[in-house]
Amino acid sequence: MLRPRIIPSLLLHDNGLVKTVKFKSPKYVGDPINAVRIFNEKEVDELAFFDIDATVLNKEPNYILIEKLANQSRMPLCYGGGVKTVEQAQKIFGLGIEKIALSSAVIQNPQLVTQIADRVGSQSVIVVLDIKKNLFGGYEIYTHNGKKSTGINPIKFAKELEKLGVGEIIINSIDQDGVMKGYDLNLIDKIAETISIPLTVLGGAGSMSDIEKVIEKHGVIGVAAGSLFVFKGPYKAVLINYPTQIEKNKIFKINKSGNTE
Amino acid sequence: MITLIDYGVGNIFAFQNVYKRLNIPTKIAKKKEDLANAKKLILPGVGSFDYAMAQLNASDMREKLDELVLEEKVPVIGICVGMQIMGNRSDEGKLEGLKWINSEILKFDENLIQQRTKLPHMGWNDVVPINKHPLFIGLEKEAIFYFLHSFYFKCNNETESIAVSNYGISFSSAVHRENIYGIQFHPEKSHQYGEKLLHNFANL
Repeated sequence: MLRPRIIPSLLLHDNGLVKTVKFKSPKYVGDPINAVRIFNEKEVDELAFFDIDATVLNKEPNYILIEKLANQSRMPLCYGGGVKTVEQAQKIFGLGIEKIALSSAVIQNPQLVTQIADRVGSQSVIVVLDIKKNLFGGYEIYTHNGKKSTGINPIKFAKELEKLGVGEIIINSIDQDGVMKGYDLNLIDKIAETISIPLTVLGGAGSMSDIEKVIEKHGVIGVAAGSLFVFKGPYKAVLINYPTQIEKNKIFKINKSGNTE
Repeated sequence: MITLIDYGVGNIFAFQNVYKRLNIPTKIAKKKEDLANAKKLILPGVGSFDYAMAQLNASDMREKLDELVLEEKVPVIGICVGMQIMGNRSDEGKLEGLKWINSEILKFDENLIQQRTKLPHMGWNDVVPINKHPLFIGLEKEAIFYFLHSFYFKCNNETESIAVSNYGISFSSAVHRENIYGIQFHPEKSHQYGEKLLHNFANL
């Protein structure tokens, strides 16, 4: 049976890992290479890194760091941040990244999806949509760490991206980011109804039961979280954590005697 | 010594790292001279069928590989698209495959996939060995592996399928003929299970 994926989502800032709240006030949570090592031990389904400096500072992706992350990783890796061209994407794949997440560049030029997919295959091209609720209860895509509004409706745009050959869409709820009060389930429903390519949701997980709720409703889906997997306890002490295979099987409702050897 | 074929497609370093942890030496081959005296080969691959074939054809290793695999019977394992290009042809592209294993690469039928999400087949899935097989020692029960693909390997000779997985249909997730092995999933990204499988390949 194909399982849902539970994905730690980590933010890169000044060569370190940070965690934000509503895309603001980044708090240092550790060293990225060390985090990959710990997540290897925990046998994570997949790991996502987003460089939150690259686009706003108009920088090239940090290839040296990406290569180090890829070399350490025994799990599939997704990288996002500052990728604007087919050449950059190809270089990053060459470093050993399985999936590349595009964001602002695709909003300016949706055809970029097709260009990259032609080279590396659709399955490896991902688009991340940073989404904010507007005053009228609708949703809108933002870029540049939530600072630039685009006027684009994410539900319509998700459909368009599917047609262009995107392999997966990640929706990231800006309002829920770092708040740890649960996902925006309404937004997830709306996007999930629209597309038939893989969907990963991010923003708001405060407990494993938040993750469970999404999986119960949507079955095979990617459920990503930042704070949940880097903080522990009410005072948000930095402590990397992740459910065990047995805990995951319970959530996935897989009846096996456990995967320990 | 395991020779990793670097034809610009796929992640050589991930394999190197797994074998480093296992204390098994590896070597990277970028041109035909590097393939001399190869004892065991890994043909990795990500991306599209035609891109992988074009890259391999453009390298000067194609002829030497055919010689090593088909005449000298050097063990080789193809991974993901590296497995698919061992077949005759693919629904994904126009180029001819290596034809090392008599097979067609077909697109999954989306109508048979029950869940809302159709393609790609992405994530962790069960791999069930059909019979006892040296590649799957210690992986007979409850092994899961990471998949990322939209096309699957259909053996024209059913007995060459050595493990199956399910995605709408049951398909061959591992194949074997003589010295030639292929696996659809990514062992280099499948934690302990992948490491075990790569160790088993080294021990063949």
